[in-house]
Amino acid sequence: MSAEVVWVWVGAFLTLCILSFLYRDNPFYRFGEHLFVGVSNGYFVAFMFHRVIRPVMLEPFWGAVQTAGESGLSWELFNPIAPQNFLLIIPGLVGCLYFTRFIPGTQWMVRIPIGIFMGYYTGLSVPAYFEGTVFPQMRGTLVTQSDFSAAAGSSSIDGIWALVVLLGVLGTLSYFFFSREHKGIWKVGAKTGIVFVMVGFGASFGFTVMARVSLAIGRFLFLLRDWLGVIS
Amino acid sequence: MRRFGHLLVPLLLCTLWLPAQAQAPPGGVTAKDTPSDDGSSITVAWEPAPGARGYRIERAAAEEAFETVGEAEADQRRFEDTGLPQDVPFRYRVVTLGAGGFEAASPPTAPVMAQPQWFNFDLFGVAFACVAFAGVVVWYIARARRGEKLFLRRIAGLDAVEEAVGRATEMGRAVLYIPGTGYISDIATVASMNILGEVAKKTAEYGTKINVPNRDPVVYTVAREVVKNAHIEAGRPEAHDPNSVHFVVEYALAYAAAVSGIMVREKPATNLFLGYFAAESLILAETGASTGAIQIAGTDQVTQLPFFVVACDYTLMGEELYAASAYLSRDPLMVGALKGQDIGKFLFLLLLVFGSIASLIFGIDAGWLLATTGY
Repeated sequence: MSAEVVWVWVGAFLTLCILSFLYRDNPFYRFGEHLFVGVSNGYFVAFMFHRVIRPVMLEPFWGAVQTAGESGLSWELFNPIAPQNFLLIIPGLVGCLYFTRFIPGTQWMVRIPIGIFMGYYTGLSVPAYFEGTVFPQMRGTLVTQSDFSAAAGSSSIDGIWALVVLLGVLGTLSYFFFSREHKGIWKVGAKTGIVFVMVGFGASFGFTVMARVSLAIGRFLFLLRDWLGVIS
Repeated sequence: MRRFGHLLVPLLLCTLWLPAQAQAPPGGVTAKDTPSDDGSSITVAWEPAPGARGYRIERAAAEEAFETVGEAEADQRRFEDTGLPQDVPFRYRVVTLGAGGFEAASPPTAPVMAQPQWFNFDLFGVAFACVAFAGVVVWYIARARRGEKLFLRRIAGLDAVEEAVGRATEMGRAVLYIPGTGYISDIATVASMNILGEVAKKTAEYGTKINVPNRDPVVYTVAREVVKNAHIEAGRPEAHDPNSVHFVVEYALAYAAAVSGIMVREKPATNLFLGYFAAESLILAETGASTGAIQIAGTDQVTQLPFFVVACDYTLMGEELYAASAYLSRDPLMVGALKGQDIGKFLFLLLLVFGSIASLIFGIDAGWLLATTGY
């Protein structure tokens, strides 16, 4: 029996272990689940060390130490965008503060990296959100004369669809307006908006179910073709 | 005929030569430092040459020969030469590529250098929106802090959170809080952490067990602090179980398998799925539904919301997730931020309505107000 055949049997057994959850929780599912979690965690630790910590942090810092030893200190070694620099020690130390929760009396220090991390990402995401999402979508939603113009490659049908998109966006914005009760004009807007939202969900649901069905087919192909060999 | 035979060869040569004479170089060639950039490009512009089939852009450093840096289609009027060093003078010329392989080069431009600018004016609208948005939020926070009662409409799914925690208390079972499978950089995860604080406060007050399995190590650390703080704020620090918040696994589908196991074995009375979710959303929501737990979900991932809508009792859609923490806590900071967002939405709504009317009736393009890159 070749090694490949052995691994096909192992794969088939683990697939059946996980699929057995469709019946109920059982020892085979628990075995598969714990093995999956354990292997994933082991892989994650190895991946983070070899693909992140070593190439992004340790090697550039150690490179700076070696360069400084050979040719002395220079400002280039403190350039934050240089491939080898000493400044990496700062985020490295900040990151190490996550481990202070294991040292009694210093647990409060864990809030420093959390604060920096959250503040940095919030500051980064707000302008990026405006630039990458809000502004382009708003620009695309504005109805212009060119949407109806044959000279711009559009037709009156395109113009009508542009108006439908505008109506949907206005309605959806109305639905997600929290400072007014859904009464009067806001109720009309919100009702229109939720219709658009649900139509969108329906389309998305069908699309995603198709993708999931193809994943299931892939698993059953593995069982019936690679393992049992009953189909070619 | 024979008398004119000696003129035939020169006439034929003239026929071949005429297109070359007709092929003119592009006019008005200019080279300028590209505005609002990091100092690594120069923009070359020109007027079209009649009959051109394309253009070749050439560059020369001081005292050096011209070399090709790119080509442009016949309908192009500008070319951006990128990846240049700063403060080095370059001259440019544009060569018209005509029919029959004939070419005509423009005179070289004056030397020009790529230089960085402090501000990217292409993003002025974005900067203005960020400042205006921050200003409105700060103004509303100040109003909320002064004790002014700011109205927020009722959100059905959020009213159910308290009911769900109460149900878990009555049944003597835990509340399972899934903070999603995103990172702390996801806005949905940040919103989820805010809601977790309020939910943990309620479970601390009622003496109900809360279980928070995590997928991301950083989110896990934040969640630990949030739950610990919530117990202190509820006046019950002794009720805090450090193991109630725990790391499971980083791989999202392994996480879904593990959490499914928790659901069927511990049978929590309430499952809260709030945060960023991807493909694992249906696995989690379906398993939870099969255990008979009351389920409240919320995410800003449009592709996952349909699954939550069909498998959960209440679903917070997109922005409702962000509003949830303000609605639950009534904290001036969060309420002020939510009101600021509402003003922003209202302004964009007005811009869409009046921008479209202005364009359709008066032909005024309002798109420049929303420019991001050289609109």
